[in-house]
Amino acid sequence: MARKLLLEHINVPGINTFDVYRSKGGYAAVEKALKTLTPEEIVEEVKKSGLRGRGGAGFPTGMKWSFLAKPEGVSRYLVCNGDESEPGTFKDRFLMTHIPHLLIEGMIVSSFALGANTSYIYLRGEMMPQIRILEKAIAEAKAKGFLGKNILGTGYDLELYVQPGGGAYICGEETALLESLEGKRGNPRIKPPFPAIAGLYGCPTVVNNVESIAAVVPIINDGGEEYAKIGIGRSTGTKLISAGGNLKRPGVYEIELGLSAEEFVYGDDYCRGIANGKRLKAVVAGGSSVPILPANLFLKTVNNEARLMSYESLSDGGFVSGTMLGSGGFIAYDEDQCIVRNTWNFSRFYHHESCGQCSPCREGTGWMEKVLHRLEYGHGKLSDIDLLVDVSKKIEGNTICPLGDAAAWPVASAIRHFRDEFEWHVTNAHEATTRNYGIANYADPLNAVVA
Amino acid sequence: MKVTIDSISIEVEPGTTILNAARMIGGDIVPPAMCYYSKLEGSGGKCRTCLVKVSKGSEKDPRPMPKLVASCRTTVMDGMEVQNISSPEVIEARKGVVEMLLINHPLDCPVCDQAGECHLQDLGYEHGAAKTRYEFDRRTFERIDIGDKIQLHMTRCILCYRCVFVADQITDHRIHGILNRGDHSEISTYITAAVDNDFSGNVIDVCPVGALTDKTFRFKNRVWFTKPVEAHRDCDHEKCNGKVTLWYKGEDVIRVTARKDEYGEVEEFICNTCRFDKKKTADWVIEGPRKVSNKSVISSNHYDTLKPLPVVKTNPLLQQANKEQFERETRL
Repeated sequence: MARKLLLEHINVPGINTFDVYRSKGGYAAVEKALKTLTPEEIVEEVKKSGLRGRGGAGFPTGMKWSFLAKPEGVSRYLVCNGDESEPGTFKDRFLMTHIPHLLIEGMIVSSFALGANTSYIYLRGEMMPQIRILEKAIAEAKAKGFLGKNILGTGYDLELYVQPGGGAYICGEETALLESLEGKRGNPRIKPPFPAIAGLYGCPTVVNNVESIAAVVPIINDGGEEYAKIGIGRSTGTKLISAGGNLKRPGVYEIELGLSAEEFVYGDDYCRGIANGKRLKAVVAGGSSVPILPANLFLKTVNNEARLMSYESLSDGGFVSGTMLGSGGFIAYDEDQCIVRNTWNFSRFYHHESCGQCSPCREGTGWMEKVLHRLEYGHGKLSDIDLLVDVSKKIEGNTICPLGDAAAWPVASAIRHFRDEFEWHVTNAHEATTRNYGIANYADPLNAVVA
Repeated sequence: MKVTIDSISIEVEPGTTILNAARMIGGDIVPPAMCYYSKLEGSGGKCRTCLVKVSKGSEKDPRPMPKLVASCRTTVMDGMEVQNISSPEVIEARKGVVEMLLINHPLDCPVCDQAGECHLQDLGYEHGAAKTRYEFDRRTFERIDIGDKIQLHMTRCILCYRCVFVADQITDHRIHGILNRGDHSEISTYITAAVDNDFSGNVIDVCPVGALTDKTFRFKNRVWFTKPVEAHRDCDHEKCNGKVTLWYKGEDVIRVTARKDEYGEVEEFICNTCRFDKKKTADWVIEGPRKVSNKSVISSNHYDTLKPLPVVKTNPLLQQANKEQFERETRL
């Protein structure tokens, strides 16, 4: 069994309470950081650890922290992005539900490192139970002197607030999140300026994912170099993967980055293969917005190397034959699942969640959804497939925020890899509404590439 | 700071946007803008028609920008090189944006008051495709009256947010905004409350399409049959200086608007009294005819001399046809 850093004590009864968490070594990072380290040293440790943002983009966290502007007399903010609305991703919710003090501990250390005296945890409006859990945990920490004025007698003040949003996917985009946090309509801002210069209330702000902030705790406890030893290459540390779909044992797994994809899907410690003895057809490796891959391309790269669960290996092959680690929302599809229907479903989600601010995304997501709906229900034309590719290209890269890209990629990649299935939906319109296409050749081993 | 747009260089102040630098150069290289409005702070960046390619970031950091950028919200750097109409990528992306803007637009130009001075018409004509690939029902809304002078027809709206910025910045208190999201978004006052303040009429002028129209002018006339005349009056409103364009049909003033420049932006915002209530020649001091671009449909009835286009001058066949047409029209 691999090393666990975040979920080590997850099965200890009462770990969601302060006393049990503390008895398991909790809040040691706060003591270490506030009493023995300077903020610059903490940023340096995080840089050394090579921790990359766990929210999807994979931007190095230490680097992000060092970009924070530090003008005199202007307050700085740390905002934790707990909006987690990517379909297929539920790792942050799991973390916050079962081990809320880990997030709070991470928030205290990170806020200290950034010099923030007010920090926010922004949660999606649907996560009402988690809001109560976190508020209870904050009250406990405050009663024990880990929050509030003069923490542990070090003279450092920190107020931590939990703020629910209205429940919108777009508010997971950092500038839309800040708008929403300020009490406005959650429209993404036009960048530049980036939040590190002018974020919340126009002050320098860092926005980090829940898991990134939680990962700061083991980095401080063990040191950045120790953390960097876990993982492979530039993908260091552990990552929570929320595995869903037709798996024998779905759930949230903490993996060491660099685990082989095959081991993750079929290994006894992990998902234990596909449910009901079926075969794997396709995989969405990192939340609905990353490109979908057929089973054979997911398990092996085009160069016939084993694919690993890491930032680099998953994106091997670029958009042609690769995907992305994203936020770790792992969805597996067995041979009975319809890719056209799945693509339509994703598209429907993005249509519903587009903020409507910029034209390509506002109009394009709706258009793609309607065309896909038509294909799925057997009214499509062969030309619709090329139309979809073209519309997705017109959206991709031309929008204010990455939602446009996120809406375009699943459609473009589904057509790239499963075009035969889309065509079958057109040519066998009636059959397509009554039965599935089946697995075709998506699980067959790849032919070796000849130079 | 030196910036080069489509191989034309210009020196501009730091902080100038690419779009404004292009407007200083002028001509065909100016990107179209549907949502940017220089008089409204924070506008722009939404419609994406002004996308350009930055092929060289700056003298210091010559890397090109990875994506197309909205020229209205990107400030120039020293030594920046920008491609607008010289980049096929930009032309293609712009065509895509125009297509997106039009898929839910009703194209009811024959009965739209904005026809003839509509920016979406111009944009579609200059940058769009001749045919649509959209085969579904278009989004529709009920028409609503916001106040007794302004009508909102959301079906035509392209959600440029300009009127929201006017409500925010020009009028005293904001009472309308955007409701819902995605392609269900709509401009609304929520309970069709009357927009009732002295500067609310300016939302009509800033609207690039026919979504917000003047109820005192609705269906009175086509704009190309009216004659624009510059006039002013002593307005007692402290924020309004009374400089307007009067639109005549025969002897009657049938519409009053603010004066608009070549990019369709008003020179100065005017108050509702000037706009809606002063519709007699006696109310105004006439300055002279408004200069209208010869490309505009509004000028089509105002030619008095033969000014053939360059392409006509070089082609004898066209020249002859043009001459015949001119003679026929002047005879009538």
